[in-house]
Parts: sequence; structure tokens; C-alpha cells
Amino acid sequence: MSTMVIIGGGQAAGQAIASLRQEGFEGRILMIGDEPALPYGRPPLSKQYLSGAIPSEKLAVRPEKFYQDRNVELRLGETVTQISPLEKTVSIHEESIPYDKLLIATGSTPRRLTIEGSQLDGIHYLRTQADVDAIREDMSHAKNLCIVGGGYIGLEVASVAVTAGLNVDVLEMENRILQRVTTPFMSDFYHGLHTNRGVNIHTNTGCSGFRGAAGRVTHVICGDKEIEADIVIVGIGIIPNTQLALEAGLAVDNGIVVNEQCQTSDPHIYAAGDCTNHPNPILGKRLRLESVPNAMDQARTAAANMLDINKRYAAVPWFWSDQYDLKLQMLGFSGDADASVLRGDPSALQFAQFYLSEGKIVAVDAVNSPKEFMVAKQLFGLTVDPGALTDPEVDLKSLIPVRTA
Amino acid sequence: MPSVKFIEHNGKEHVVEGDNGDSLMVIATSNLVPGIDADCGGECSCATCHVLVDDAWMDKLSPISETEESMLDLNPDREPNSRLSCQIPLSDDLDGIVVNLPEFQY
Repeated sequence: MSTMVIIGGGQAAGQAIASLRQEGFEGRILMIGDEPALPYGRPPLSKQYLSGAIPSEKLAVRPEKFYQDRNVELRLGETVTQISPLEKTVSIHEESIPYDKLLIATGSTPRRLTIEGSQLDGIHYLRTQADVDAIREDMSHAKNLCIVGGGYIGLEVASVAVTAGLNVDVLEMENRILQRVTTPFMSDFYHGLHTNRGVNIHTNTGCSGFRGAAGRVTHVICGDKEIEADIVIVGIGIIPNTQLALEAGLAVDNGIVVNEQCQTSDPHIYAAGDCTNHPNPILGKRLRLESVPNAMDQARTAAANMLDINKRYAAVPWFWSDQYDLKLQMLGFSGDADASVLRGDPSALQFAQFYLSEGKIVAVDAVNSPKEFMVAKQLFGLTVDPGALTDPEVDLKSLIPVRTA
Repeated sequence: MPSVKFIEHNGKEHVVEGDNGDSLMVIATSNLVPGIDADCGGECSCATCHVLVDDAWMDKLSPISETEESMLDLNPDREPNSRLSCQIPLSDDLDGIVVNLPEFQY
């Protein structure tokens, strides 16, 4: 009976377990995750879990019984220290565990600040359930929250915190929030939204240090300015967890390099999720994505190929972000576009910005417009009349080509 | 515990039990019922947990929300009894509910 070992305990790991069993694998499955919890959903962490709308027991993707019933061994709260591709083993300190196929689903780690005062209590990063438990505890007796980094994580936290009655400052080094991930139009929209709800956004403002009292943060230092803060959340991007792969001699280049089958440079080792650098045949380029749909799809692909069922990963990336009562759904990369058209009304907080390249739809940002998001999914890569997209009289359904069986 | 009968597109039936309050999506994925992708994890963001609820049970469900309606509207397999299974919490009233799974999720 062969053994599948999975390193990592996040959503890719959880999905890979499910897919291995669903594809009929009856051998040994061992998952080694460094968090104490069962595989759980991270998207709610900066949203409904932070706000308290959903309890911790609802975070797990599947209950413990699922793993017991299907004879899956979970080693939670343990860290793999080494992969030995020649021996086909992984090590947890002195213990050596053999594998037939290995899946690396180690995810990513928040980028950390190493500046004056960055070790003070009250300064948080947001990646795990334990991180959010600590944030919630601090938030419950804080007045002033300062968020370093105007990305989606930071803005989601800002929406929860200002709604909960905290004073919220957001520091963004660039000249607009969301600069790395979206267009000036969307940055402006979210800047206005947060400002209207009472968030103080400071663009062109880096964080140069922290000041504290009795070991706890009291101020964030931005050059010659100081902002009062009794809790700080730093959201300045993530780093893929590639160290084990690197030390094992696998190809790593801004992520663990995999092919369309999620196979690494070692044929017995696969990788899935945030930690991979993978080809996207639809977009014709390599990507490293920080996204749940990517983690899930790659896990399904890897699991199939680990069982010698050929499956190729080819999906248009998509993302979502919930802030206040607004659901933003994004498809593709607006950076690939040479034109954009607007449908709907941003002032009514309901619109979709379609992005085109040479007349073809390459991306959409849909705010409270799930229908527009779904239509973009089906029109991706197709040439459409921009006038029809913007015309509220045109039923979007009519733009979808008839499926041929 | 109330039970749910999922019927795959190929006719294969899965009768599984779930806790009150858990969504049909969670119950399906927790029991390895194929045909439900649930990419967003139950946030009504992806529409990959589409199911066709047996007509006899439609009246017992809470009404469809505007977001769910919009997410389903463009689905090529949309039927009058289409729902997103992440938006249907199981309850004693729904004990024995029958849902059919479409061939594809979009």
C-alpha cells in the first residue's frame, strides 16, 4: 500500500486529502501541519471571524470525524524539518517518514517589519486563526487601530474595526491603496468608501518605527509624524513558504516551480497553493497566486496526478473581498487590459468595471454585481461590444454565446 | 440527525446525515459527495455548489437572496429549482431532502 504525505495543514492540504480519497486512493494518507487546527478556511479570518459573526467551530472545512472515518492520519502542530528526495522521506526532527508521493502545501507567511519597536506587544500579523484570536482579544479593549498596508487584508480589517467603533488609520506607502493589485479607478472607489465610513487613509506614508510604553505599542512613527495606536495590524504582503523545497534542491523561483500537473522538479513531489509558481496556459504566463480558488484547484490537480490520473490546472484566476456590505468579485488581471468600460453606478455602490485587451474581456471588478461577475467568467477571452456591456438596457445574458454540446 | 439525499448527475445516490445549521454544501463536502466544488467555502461568492432541489422540497426552503439569485441567473444549467447549497442550512424540517447535482459547476 503506498503512502501519500502532505506537508501543510491549510485549505490546499485539506482539499488534497478529500480529492485523494474521492479519486479512490485507499492507501496511507498522512498530513503534517504546523498549526494545531484541522484544515480551515482562511477567507473568513479577516471578515466574519474577526467580527465575531462566525464561531471558531465553523472555520474547519470538514469535521474531525471526516478524517477519522477515512483513515487519514493528521499530525497537527508539528513541523517538517527536512525533505530528502533521494530517500523519499520527510523528517520531523529525528523521526523519518517515508513517502511514495509527497505534496508540499506549505502556504505563505506574512512579510514582517523589522524596524524600531516592531517587537512591541500589540503589533499583529494576520494569517492564522491564532493570529485573529490575539487580534480580537486586543481589539476588545483598544481605541485606536493603525493598519500598516492598504491591501485587501488591511482594508477588510479596517471595515470590521471601524464598524466596531474603533478609530482606524491606514498607512499606505504608495500613492494609492491597493496599488499593487488593482486599477486607479478601483483604488479611488475604495478610498472614498473607507473615508466615508470614517477610516483615515494616509497614502505616500510609510511606517518607520513604533513607540511604546511598558512593552506595548502606543504610537506608530511615520517619518516626522506619529499616529496614536494601541493596536497595530501589519498587512504588507506575504512570502511563499519555499524553504523546505529549496533545501531539498527543488526548483524555486518566487515560489516552488511546478508544471501544469502541479509536479515539482522532482517527479515524486507535488506542490499546491500559495507556495507555487505555476504556469497558466490560458493567460500564457507563470503566476504565483494568493488565492483560495487557486489552492483548491491546484490541490485537486495534484491529487489526481499523484494517483497517475492526468489532470491539468488551467483556470482564470479570481478573487473576492468583502468590506462593509460590499462584495467585490474579481476575475483575471486588470493590468493585462488596454481599455475599460463601466456598467452600473459607483455612487450607488453597485457597478462592474470590465477590462478589455484588443477588444477581448480579460478582467472584471464587480462590486455588489454578482451577475456581472458571472457573465465575465463566461465571456473571458471573448470579443464583446463594449457599448453592450455599459448599456443597462442590454441583458447580459444575451452576450453569452450559445453553448454547443 | 436529519439526512440529505444527494443524487449525482449519473444517478448515483448518497444518503448522508448532517447537523442542524450546517449547510448542504458543508454536508456534501464533509461526506465526499462529488459534484460540489465549493471553491469559496460557503460565502456565496463563487456559485460552484449549484444544486437542483427536488420540487417536493422547494416550499420548505427559505427564499433565495438577491445575491444568490444573481449568481445563479447566468448559469447555463439553471432551472426553476436551482439553489446554491451553501445557502441552505439543514434543519429537522428538511430531514430527507432530495437534491440533484448538475453535471458541471461553473
